[in-house]
Amino acid sequence: MSEQATQPVFRLVVVNAGISDPSSTKLLGDRIAQSARDIAEQRGHTVTVTTLDLRELLPELSGALASGLLGPRFTSAVDALREADGVIASTPVYKAGPSGLFSSFFQVLDNDLLIAKPIALGATAGTARHALVVDEQMRSLFAYLRALSVPTSVFASTEDWQDKSLGTRIDRAAFELVLLIESGFERSVRGESWRQYQHEYGSAGGTELSIDLNSDLMRLATGGSLSPENAGITGIDEG
Amino acid sequence: MRRGTSRGMMDVGHALLVYANAYKGQEHVMQFGIFSVSDITRDPVSGATPSEAERIDATVKAAVKAEEVGLDVFAIGEHHNPPFFSSSPTTLLAHIAALTKRLVVTTSTTLITTNDPVRIAEEYAMLQHLSKGRMDVMLGRGNTAPVYPWFGQDIRQGLPLALEHYNLLHRLWREDVVDWEGRFRTPLQGFTSTPRPLDDVPPFVWHGSIRTPEIAEQAAFYGDGFFANHIFWPKEHTQRMVEFYRQRFEHYGHGTAKQAIVGLGGQTYVAKNSQDAKNEFRPYFDEAPVYGHGPTLEEFTEMTPLAVGSPQEIIDKTLSFREYVGDYQRQLFLIDHAGLPAGAVQDQLELLGSEVIPVLRREMDARRDPEVPDAPTHQSLVTAKYGDAESRQPRPNANRGDNVTGGSPYQDTDEIARDESTGESTEEVSA
Repeated sequence: MSEQATQPVFRLVVVNAGISDPSSTKLLGDRIAQSARDIAEQRGHTVTVTTLDLRELLPELSGALASGLLGPRFTSAVDALREADGVIASTPVYKAGPSGLFSSFFQVLDNDLLIAKPIALGATAGTARHALVVDEQMRSLFAYLRALSVPTSVFASTEDWQDKSLGTRIDRAAFELVLLIESGFERSVRGESWRQYQHEYGSAGGTELSIDLNSDLMRLATGGSLSPENAGITGIDEG
Repeated sequence: MRRGTSRGMMDVGHALLVYANAYKGQEHVMQFGIFSVSDITRDPVSGATPSEAERIDATVKAAVKAEEVGLDVFAIGEHHNPPFFSSSPTTLLAHIAALTKRLVVTTSTTLITTNDPVRIAEEYAMLQHLSKGRMDVMLGRGNTAPVYPWFGQDIRQGLPLALEHYNLLHRLWREDVVDWEGRFRTPLQGFTSTPRPLDDVPPFVWHGSIRTPEIAEQAAFYGDGFFANHIFWPKEHTQRMVEFYRQRFEHYGHGTAKQAIVGLGGQTYVAKNSQDAKNEFRPYFDEAPVYGHGPTLEEFTEMTPLAVGSPQEIIDKTLSFREYVGDYQRQLFLIDHAGLPAGAVQDQLELLGSEVIPVLRREMDARRDPEVPDAPTHQSLVTAKYGDAESRQPRPNANRGDNVTGGSPYQDTDEIARDESTGESTEEVSA
């Protein structure tokens, strides 16, 4: 990991799965980003915001799903997420779940890319009956990826756009995101605890290249033996 | 080394063919060949699926043709489920060796996980004798989960299984009598794997892996070859693993990093002109198992080592490989999968042999660092072990009915044992 000791700039990345332009999903992501930018700047930080419109990745998605090969647009999206200090993920709800594009995008990414990364979650829908999609479906996705979701979920159905309380929730989530970035949590986890997570060689967007030459498996690779009673071998690659 | 050419060529006057002809009958610093998965796939253009009999027959003919057009190596995979036919690679390869004179037969890969290493030791030593040393073997794990339990194994233990099995295989080919105990197979007491390797020189081993550092480490530790599949994956994967292997090869004292023995796969479809190649191959690409219905041919060509085009395009792309793995010893091409008909495979071989490989040999020769070793062959390994001296020819002692108790199954074993007791080298570590 090539994290710097201090982060002079907060790099925010918005992942937008909204399809139309303008779209309420994109608007929601942008509003969380703008709020986070304002809060961070008030607290003395410099902020950059990059938006990934997943619609632009559609031509590469079939190839990525079928073969795991990432095209140039996917690759630059991975690069942006790898370098991000905070992520804002915003999706429309279709058929009682995050959009297929949104889910597919994160399913294609490698498991290590978002470890310990602060992430704010947002979803839009035509009806309030989808309100729990963020908490029940998006959170579990990012829990699997070991990202750090902020406590406040931002859900916006059609009627919420006329309600000032949406703005309050956006600011709350943005504030939580900024605090998590400020805390240096991701940097500390990656710097001090990275080896405690199971990794695949070449994962984390191509940065996970360390090889532990002192593992049980490496001893076995170099002519050693496994003791028959030693049932638990760590670091077994199932790939 | 030159052994003289065994066949006359009809086509004279074509500079490349003359060049190719001059190379025939010669062992090469760099080997070129083909490798097959043994898939039996419906031809998406004709709609026909070959029978097992037809596909096996076509594969043998492709191997024979490979030698005829001047290629050096034929490799076959190992699978234990339809739609693949190659469950018994040594039987197929022994047959091909008998039909050829110069071709090296090998695997891509032999399953070091689900095969008993004792059977691998026996079967491949037998192949080595029958082919007069014109063979080697590539080991791989296999990633089809259901296959493991069919052979009493568990894919979740795939990597430790591969590593432990190879440690045993390595000894079985180097020690006449082996006592062994491990996690995954029953212990051996006083076991002798027969026949002993030809000239008492074990078959050369390649370890195939895409992204498992432990396999690269094991290859480096033993000074064996490392082969990168180099088909479905972006070149960065191959580059990283080869670099690690080279570094560790040097660490274990087998030579410098650039002297490590590296092989690459690759996938090609060649036609006289570029557009024909793309048009002819596209329907097979689009419906291919594994990557079909995903990226376009153009995207896949851009992102992976796939080369589809004119001879010059294949040449240019293949020459680019050494820029990220260094000078290497073996290049194998996949040319017969996804339902390509037998006739098209023969045409591919014809074009590769006449217009692609000769240029690649010349250009690779011109670019190669002089300190990079030749591709290992049985002859080069015999020379490395014995110099000008006679090679060992093990002759068993009379059957006393007690071989299982160890001792000296071969007439010269005592002498061998004495040599080893001088502590000159322990082959297990440095061979």
